[in-house]
Amino acid sequence: MHMKTLPIDAHLPVPHLEHGHELPKTLTGIRGLDEITRGGLPKGRPTLVCGGPGSGKTLLALTFLVNGATRFDEPGVLMTFEENAEEMASDVASLGFNLPQLIDARQLAVDYVRVERSEIEETGEYDLEGLFVRLDYAIQSVRAKRVVLDTIESLFAGLKDDGILRAELRRLFRWLKDKGVTAVVTGERGEGLLTKQGLEEYVSDAVILLDHRVHDQVSTRRLRVVKYRGSHHGTNEYPFLISTEGISVLPVSSLALQHEAPLDRVSSGIARLDEMLSGKGYFRGSTILVSGTAGTGKTSLAAHFIDAACRRGERCLCFLFEESPQQLLRNMRSIGVDLQPWVASGVLQFHADRPSRYGLETHLATMHQVVAEFKPTVTVIDPVTNLMTVGTFIDVQAMLTRMIDHLKTENITAMLTSLAPGPTEIERTETTISSLMDTWIVLVNDGVNNHHRRGLYVLKSRGMAHSNQLREFALTDRGLDILDAVSGLQKGRDRHAGL
Amino acid sequence: MTAKQRNGVRAALDRAARSSKTDRYVLRLYVTGMTPRSVRAVANLQEICTEYLDGRYDLEVIDIYQQPDRAKGEQVIAAPTLIKKLPLPMRRIIGDMSDRGRVLLGLDLARDSDQTGGGRR
Repeated sequence: MHMKTLPIDAHLPVPHLEHGHELPKTLTGIRGLDEITRGGLPKGRPTLVCGGPGSGKTLLALTFLVNGATRFDEPGVLMTFEENAEEMASDVASLGFNLPQLIDARQLAVDYVRVERSEIEETGEYDLEGLFVRLDYAIQSVRAKRVVLDTIESLFAGLKDDGILRAELRRLFRWLKDKGVTAVVTGERGEGLLTKQGLEEYVSDAVILLDHRVHDQVSTRRLRVVKYRGSHHGTNEYPFLISTEGISVLPVSSLALQHEAPLDRVSSGIARLDEMLSGKGYFRGSTILVSGTAGTGKTSLAAHFIDAACRRGERCLCFLFEESPQQLLRNMRSIGVDLQPWVASGVLQFHADRPSRYGLETHLATMHQVVAEFKPTVTVIDPVTNLMTVGTFIDVQAMLTRMIDHLKTENITAMLTSLAPGPTEIERTETTISSLMDTWIVLVNDGVNNHHRRGLYVLKSRGMAHSNQLREFALTDRGLDILDAVSGLQKGRDRHAGL
Repeated sequence: MTAKQRNGVRAALDRAARSSKTDRYVLRLYVTGMTPRSVRAVANLQEICTEYLDGRYDLEVIDIYQQPDRAKGEQVIAAPTLIKKLPLPMRRIIGDMSDRGRVLLGLDLARDSDQTGGGRR
């Protein structure tokens, strides 16, 4: 099987702060989006955000407004054509957005525009100056720098004269530019068009497309910057997450090529394994894959790594997708690794979840969140393969790439265990993620001569002269004990490696 | 629709038609300054009011440039907008009122069929 590689934005020019010719930008405060757009939305210009129902466009627009008001000292105006302000306020309250409070503090003005076609009789020439007056009034009332129009296309359902409407929308977007406000205009995805009414024709500065797909009952949201005049931007589809913390975009980021490559090393917690890794253990900030079939000792290897990290006083975060923390603590005590004191002292935290409980995006959002809160320097995911059952191959690969990329950016040393379904599959199944790994340790069982023996070898470890030997080990009540090389197992290793 | 329902609707329409000959009209005309379109709307509306509603209407003309808050309060988006607040049902008549037939329709002063031929009496 060939290695699958991800479309990583390696072709993108690396961001330079001295991009003098780029237009001024306004930060959205949305994690990831500001990275993809290299600084946010075009300042003083309208951006079109389009997508189907439930794609998150209103939420994105509101987050842009609320962040503006609360973090960037830029008050905003929400002109909504969809729901009334109270409904919307309660909808976003779950994300911690307190719209009434922002309105009271004069950081936000909301105008709900209701157009009821059945009430209206059109009797000759008109314009939409009423809308302009209201918007202007709202902008002045809070000295707004940001404006959201959600979803202005609803006007087409309320008024009969398309010609007037189109001319007035054109005028409105020009007017917004003249006002110098940074605007987000949402639009419903149309058949063969980005928006039903072709708004993209009027809003030409930047266009963001949101997409919400469901595969095997697992939902994936994606965001793509379709157009951004006068600016570099990432062109891929990026996973777009909605969680209790709000929304975020996970960029693969060309940063992948700019990670710091620290030279300091961290112990694996097993002296003889450190020896195999050119005598010093793993590189700090690297990603380690530990794979093997069931019962080969993957979690034990991880437990040693956790224990060593905690002994060094590092904060360690452990995601469990199979066992409960209690099970793991008990099992590891049986091999002489007692992690309980580290939990008690607060340097070790477990986060256990059933993979099937949520879609992939929610898992990754949660993981991002927990990492951001706990601020670990070491993270273990055990086993990462369970997480891989909740999405399609490509989605999982994309999501994990982003997760690992994030951990690297934060200089977090990460160990992922991977359960291989059978002995012959060991080096095959992990091709999904192996290219992202710096170090890959394979654990094997060998049942020859009625004697169950365990072995491990370092399949790869970037940037160091590592051992190529298969070493037998035993799980004793004093921990994982690596013995001297055994020829019988060496043969087994050759078989696994396809030699 | 059953025959009974149909009769009910007809009776209601007849009542509305009778009351529109006697009820007091409360009208608000929202305009944007003294633009030619605003002036035209005011003139057209006054002509209709004099002809159909003589002595039984209150017309207030509001310049939303002067009172922008009222545009929000009354859900005005188009200019000019005439709002018939009374008699119910409330209606919004937008445009410069040059299509007299549609204005009369909006004011419940004409039925749909009257409109053909300009809607004039």
